[in-house]
Amino acid sequence: MAEEKLTMIITRQDSPDSPPYEETFKINYRKNMNIISALMETQKNPVNAEGKHVAPIQWESNCLEEVCGACSMVINDVPRQACSTLVDTLETPIRVAPMSTFPVVRDLVVDRSRMFDSLKKVKAWIPIDGTHDLGPGPRMPEKKRQWAYELSKCMTCGVCLEACPNVNSKSDFIGPAPLSQVRLFNSHPTGEMHKSERLEALMEDGGISGCGNSQNCVQVCPKGIPLTTSIAALNRDTNIQSFKNFFGSDHAY
Amino acid sequence: MSDRNIVIVGGGLAGLMATIKAAEAGGVHIDLLSIVPVKRSHSVCAQGGINGAVNTKGEGGDSPWEHFDDTVYGGDFLANQPPVKAMCDAAPGIIHMLDRMGVMFNRTEEGLLDFRRFGGTQYHRTAYAGATTGQQLLYALDEQVRRYEVQGLVTKYEGWEFISAIIDDDSVGRGILGQNVKSHEIKAFKADATIFASGGPGIIFGKSTNSVINTGSAAAALYLQGAVYANGEFIQIHPTAIPGDDKLRLMSESARGGEGGRVWTYKDGEPWYFLEEKYPAYGNLVPRDIATREIFDICVNQKLGINGENMVYLDLSHKDPKELDVKLGGIIEIYEKFVGGEDPRKVPMKIFPAVHYSMGGLWVDYDQMTNIPGIFAAGECDYTQHGANRLGANSLLSSIYGGMVAGPNAIKYIDGLEKTVEDVPSDVFDRHLKEEEARFEELLNMRGDENAYQIHKELGEWMTANVTVVRENEKLLKTDKKIEELLERWEHINMDDTSRWNNSGVMFTRQLKNMLHLARVMTLGAYNRNESRGAHYKPEFPERNDEEWLKTTKASFDVSTQSPKFEYEDVDVSLIEPRKRDYSKKK
Repeated sequence: MAEEKLTMIITRQDSPDSPPYEETFKINYRKNMNIISALMETQKNPVNAEGKHVAPIQWESNCLEEVCGACSMVINDVPRQACSTLVDTLETPIRVAPMSTFPVVRDLVVDRSRMFDSLKKVKAWIPIDGTHDLGPGPRMPEKKRQWAYELSKCMTCGVCLEACPNVNSKSDFIGPAPLSQVRLFNSHPTGEMHKSERLEALMEDGGISGCGNSQNCVQVCPKGIPLTTSIAALNRDTNIQSFKNFFGSDHAY
Repeated sequence: MSDRNIVIVGGGLAGLMATIKAAEAGGVHIDLLSIVPVKRSHSVCAQGGINGAVNTKGEGGDSPWEHFDDTVYGGDFLANQPPVKAMCDAAPGIIHMLDRMGVMFNRTEEGLLDFRRFGGTQYHRTAYAGATTGQQLLYALDEQVRRYEVQGLVTKYEGWEFISAIIDDDSVGRGILGQNVKSHEIKAFKADATIFASGGPGIIFGKSTNSVINTGSAAAALYLQGAVYANGEFIQIHPTAIPGDDKLRLMSESARGGEGGRVWTYKDGEPWYFLEEKYPAYGNLVPRDIATREIFDICVNQKLGINGENMVYLDLSHKDPKELDVKLGGIIEIYEKFVGGEDPRKVPMKIFPAVHYSMGGLWVDYDQMTNIPGIFAAGECDYTQHGANRLGANSLLSSIYGGMVAGPNAIKYIDGLEKTVEDVPSDVFDRHLKEEEARFEELLNMRGDENAYQIHKELGEWMTANVTVVRENEKLLKTDKKIEELLERWEHINMDDTSRWNNSGVMFTRQLKNMLHLARVMTLGAYNRNESRGAHYKPEFPERNDEEWLKTTKASFDVSTQSPKFEYEDVDVSLIEPRKRDYSKKK
């Protein structure tokens, strides 16, 4: 019996400076395959649809259960995680391309270091006095904890930056993911003590004013993070912060 | 600014915690190497929680000593006891520290940390952040390290892989060689202390609950350079995972019992809750080795799996769906997304055991230092805390605790050095660098007819079939022969990709050889150990045998035979006298 084949068209690129090209692969189909297991087939048998021996496809992946954020790709025109994208849910031929917002390293591998730099810029951490035992942390209402936890699931996968029309080479907008992190750290009782520093970082160039409210981000986020709610809340917070900065306030910390 | 340098291999929980502790102590600079951006380390996959006897649930009776006792009892008494006690004593403070760092742990009505039950204990001792606790803990430590990075105390090398340790002519560790996974530049990281936090080896078994990077290659490479590898035969098979084409996805132990999940299958047309029946005191919350053997027996021997297949039910469908979302949302989403079309809030999940964790790892002393002076190890890559079987929610604890101990001890070690890295002649580093550069050229020029990924697939199939739940001596010997054959075939690999830019195939080929050698340590270690203890079960020798085998296995690489040689060391049981495990009764 002839094996069922799956056609995949991969956008490849040998190096950051070389031109991209498309290459088609015929992959042995199995039920419940995801994009990663289809790509893995090209490692065991690196032959393209024309029967030519080629270099295996390069991609990033790690946890394969949608918690590490590594395997973001544009699959049939939608940026998403390759691990949780099941082949059976897709129209064929399947088109897989690297995210275009980030510099391509090779094939489907992109450089997302700008996202980690943004986390430095917005001071995405809780300043603690040290790791020595200082007893329990501050109490927090469970209800508030529940929405903050949703924000804390951000994997820095970059899918929201890919979908955002305002994140591109002509703008220095940091994008939805780091914005939402500011709301997370400002929600924590200790993090709140330093919220003005984070809000002020968002009031600089590349900050919150870069958002054009297209709302694409919230639709593509694989973790269902309420990114637009975060941005709306931060708009309010930065406005209040600018008043405080201008007029002064007893609550300006 | 000090010119003293520590290099840390691995940016999961253990590596990040060691980094934070060393940076906090001051007077050193830390180079942190990680194959992936540290935020994508395998620690993200831990789900259910972290143990610590904080004892705020009004149960009375729980204490760090109870936690210690549960841990050594669950580990079938193979762990040296003093470090386990120290870890359990430190646990409540670690949970408070993580809370102060902003981990969004689930809370009680009063806004205190909530705790739930886990396997092998009868107390609510596990702090949790939904069912993505590992991810949340990793992010918290990642954020603290980023703070130190901004201050200039830490330099991260993300996308760098450990190649080999630099061991000087006095057999002292003086740093490592790392290679950039994109440019393939090989660089010497000179350091007076090195901390391995390179994680577990699950990928040796092909498909497991582990992440792609969990090859165990770094620890295996250090073993090939003379480090002792301890208790390699002790591999945890997690009872509840969902089968997949590319990996086996974990369904947290917190679902099994902790939040009221029940494991069952049909027998004579009726649901049969076999764990509850056989182990009335612990029920679904027996330790993993026991639950796994029961499920395996029911499916493989009794042929009572669902529809005769290797699966049983893990059932949450009787629980309040809203509560499930708050406490187990992460795994419910995984099941929905990867199984496709089935809602675990409404129908029972179908699960089967999967390779999950290595109790064994690099041998270290009570300061977390390996037998190579100047090289420390912490986290899953060390062997210290879990004996013959790890209790659920103790791995997040042991990785953080290991890092907490290794970081300051690395500094203490440097303080006591008479001869530092500055006194080591530069040709030691140049020589190592040249050797590895030459080896890399050899890898790129491999021209044979074998495929590295195919060899890996065969390794995984053999290891899963013969070195997991049930071990038989004849099959173990055959497996070792097979691995030797695969090592021979490794020499004939064809490098399909000859690019010098972001070539993952050449990196994997080097890892594969290390994996094959480590697979022999596991297989022969299991062959030698003629008893059953914790996760190591041999029908030919079904009982634990303390007289002969209350011993740590220590494997070292014999260069002349290219094989592991084994010696055995007594276990320190000075605090709790070993007793027989029996989970049908309360302790």
